[in-house]
Amino acid sequence: MSSWLDYTINGLIVGNVYALVAVGLALIFGVSRLINFAQGSIYLVGAYIGWVAVVQLHTPLPLTIIVVAVAAALVGLIIERFGLRPLQNSVRIAPLLATIGISFVLDQLVMLTFSPNPRALPSQLPDVRFQIGGGTIGPLDLLIAGVGITSALLLFVFLRYSKLGWAIRATAQDRDAAMQMGVDVNRVNQAVFGIAAALGGVSGLLVGMYYNQIDTAMSLQATLKGVVAEVVGGAGNVPGAVIGSLLLGLVESYGVAVFGTSYRNLFAFLLLVVVLVLRPNGLFASARQAPPEPLTGTFIAPSRPVRIPRWALLVATGIFAVLPLLPVSFYVLQTLINAWLLGMLALSLTLVAGTIGQVSLGHAALLAIGAYTSALLSLTFSVPVGLAIIGGGLMSAALGTALISPSFRLRGHYVSIATLAIGEIVSLVILNWESVTRGPIGISGIPPLSLAGYELVSPISIYWFSFIVMVVLALLQGRLLGSHLGRSFRAIRDDDIAARAYGLSLNRYKSLAFIFGGFAAGVSGGIAAHLYSYINHETFNTQQSILALTVVILGGLGNVVGAIVGAVALVGLPEVFRIAAEYRILIYGIVLLLLVRFRPQGLLGTM
Amino acid sequence: MSTTMLSLRGLTRRFGGLTAVDAIDLDLAKGELISIIGPNGAGKTTLFNLVTGLDRPDAGTVRFEGQDITGLSPERLAAEGIARTFQLGRVFGNLSVMDNVLIGAHTRLRAVKPAVPVIGPLLELGLALLRPASVKAEEERLREEMKVILARFGERLLPRIDQPAYSLSYANRRRVEIARALALKPRLLLLDEPTAGMNPTETTEMQGLVAELKAEGLTILLIEHKLEMVMRLSDRVIVMDEGKKIAEGPGEAVRNDPKVIEAYLGHGLTTERESAA
Repeated sequence: MSSWLDYTINGLIVGNVYALVAVGLALIFGVSRLINFAQGSIYLVGAYIGWVAVVQLHTPLPLTIIVVAVAAALVGLIIERFGLRPLQNSVRIAPLLATIGISFVLDQLVMLTFSPNPRALPSQLPDVRFQIGGGTIGPLDLLIAGVGITSALLLFVFLRYSKLGWAIRATAQDRDAAMQMGVDVNRVNQAVFGIAAALGGVSGLLVGMYYNQIDTAMSLQATLKGVVAEVVGGAGNVPGAVIGSLLLGLVESYGVAVFGTSYRNLFAFLLLVVVLVLRPNGLFASARQAPPEPLTGTFIAPSRPVRIPRWALLVATGIFAVLPLLPVSFYVLQTLINAWLLGMLALSLTLVAGTIGQVSLGHAALLAIGAYTSALLSLTFSVPVGLAIIGGGLMSAALGTALISPSFRLRGHYVSIATLAIGEIVSLVILNWESVTRGPIGISGIPPLSLAGYELVSPISIYWFSFIVMVVLALLQGRLLGSHLGRSFRAIRDDDIAARAYGLSLNRYKSLAFIFGGFAAGVSGGIAAHLYSYINHETFNTQQSILALTVVILGGLGNVVGAIVGAVALVGLPEVFRIAAEYRILIYGIVLLLLVRFRPQGLLGTM
Repeated sequence: MSTTMLSLRGLTRRFGGLTAVDAIDLDLAKGELISIIGPNGAGKTTLFNLVTGLDRPDAGTVRFEGQDITGLSPERLAAEGIARTFQLGRVFGNLSVMDNVLIGAHTRLRAVKPAVPVIGPLLELGLALLRPASVKAEEERLREEMKVILARFGERLLPRIDQPAYSLSYANRRRVEIARALALKPRLLLLDEPTAGMNPTETTEMQGLVAELKAEGLTILLIEHKLEMVMRLSDRVIVMDEGKKIAEGPGEAVRNDPKVIEAYLGHGLTTERESAA
């Protein structure tokens, strides 16, 4: 009985912390209809600034909190001013991609500055526990509750009684009307980003103190948790975000109590998916909303794709096909093999994110499904590797589509959240379903690639194998785009309401896109599994999903040739310039940001 | 007695405290053209949304050729032969003019979309990739037919057939929308302000086209602000104000109805007085 009280207190305290992140997300969503994927990075920055203050500068606790809040607010203001304001009049996908890029850059900067190793963040509070009924509570719990309640009160008073608060509420209700009444929307955005960032930073500090540990992986988790809480409460609904956060904290805490720690995140994401499916407008939204207004502007940057003559494509394919016969080093071949594998993933993502407009942030999960299926088929059932890889592709197509199907009725940014969560769920299931996936140990001794009984172990044969598979997938995708399905997918992306009015079923065509794309990604994962010979639940992670997204934007959304060019560029160029591995992800993030800002249509143009 | 194509009974839609469409009754006979007029915010477009399945009514029924179609999905209604255009224009910006119009013919695809339950979608994927002769022939036939539809707009669209729709002028986008609706071979066509933003010459052209469609026997529900055009084309006119039907009848009768004059001019005069004060 006493432990239940402990779990309840713990749930409410953790919920309080989530609330600090979620309220910021809700404020930002309210005024700019944007889900700020960089919120977790600000939280991370807050935690590390807190660490510097506490451990290096020995600031007293109240001062630490103020320093963190101010510094985080500054980061928020910079993000708003330089990352998002220039994109105000651009296509709908741009600010979403920008916050993803910003998040990557910030995380990597923190990692490069402080190293990825976890650090201890002492709480500066006496280590005592007070007995309350059957449970106990410590001074840090009280601090967190105090900060949470104080912030909520301050925010309430600010929104309710200050002039700027009025302006924020007015903008959230009707941006155009607010502008016409003379509200300076830029100032509102600034204020909202500043407040959201200050809350997020302080939240990071408190969580660091609560667990007495900070590390760079906190960022993505915080974004996800904040988004879950915010969506559960209803996007843009500030009080809803608080209640959603407390609910999330409790669900997690009780879930951990019953099933164990490794299930904590699984409950969070399942809660999200359930809410998205049953009540996509959150628990507190009125059951039916006014039908969405016609959207002006297009989802992706309009452009005329660069037409590459057929002979040039044939020549390029020919050159890459005979490359292993020329005197090139194994190192070059190895690099290009990686490019072909990434190319297959990019083909899949460019179809899903570009052609039909479902910006997936969990695409690595499709790799993982393909890899595990192929590895287990060949290891456990002795299926020939070639067939096992095809099995991996089919499993990715089927399972991936089934998993993503609840999100088919969602639009825009919600799709990205759902795919991110589903990606995490896949990774967590792999971690926890030990009887099948061997859990955290991973799968080792996966047989090498082979074809018709011949093992492919030389780099040349692996090169040809992966190159041919990629070319075949690309040709098939080109054929798909030239069919009635190509135009149907693109019509759904451009305007799903008009598409439905002309008889296009969103479920049917989104499924077909994910089936086709899932196959390509699954095949890529399957080949990778046999190439690496060892995989575990972390082999295919969010970084790969974001890398694939950067490749796709670089090449041009929906552009088949662009996906392959982008893959070669992003895998190849860092090798050519011998850029150290730890800087590469930073560069990918910066490339993504620059593209969104200066060439949203990518190198070869969106299709 | 001609057959009734569309029949609305007590159709109602509320948004919070506002009743956007308030117990509307309407009967549209086959081959008839009814115009719906009324001040902005009268609920005309909401009514269209209710008929085409983009929104669901809180009360009332929609019957199409005697069949109850209330609350069916827009996809289903498109397959039944109901096509519409949108007030603000909803062309597919990144698709060429030809592809936009071909989407209009989507419900008529047969060879590539076999009506097989469960595995139908997978067959569709397979046929799209393999493209047997029957699929190719169907696509070719539709493309030729689309050119005929586009030719109805003279030289407005044909020379731009491969251009993306976002690069078209506003008026041309409206034309693409109408071409897309015609590609569905509709049995009922709903036009939401087809001449919005068009100059007098373009309006006359559009009026001619709608008259042609009517002469060909198409059943049309038209929302339009340009009274001249409404009077010339309509068999009957329905006037809506604040969600309610306030008048119905032949154009001239409606035009002189005191309630209509009040709805239109009354609002106008009040605002004028206010701005003068």
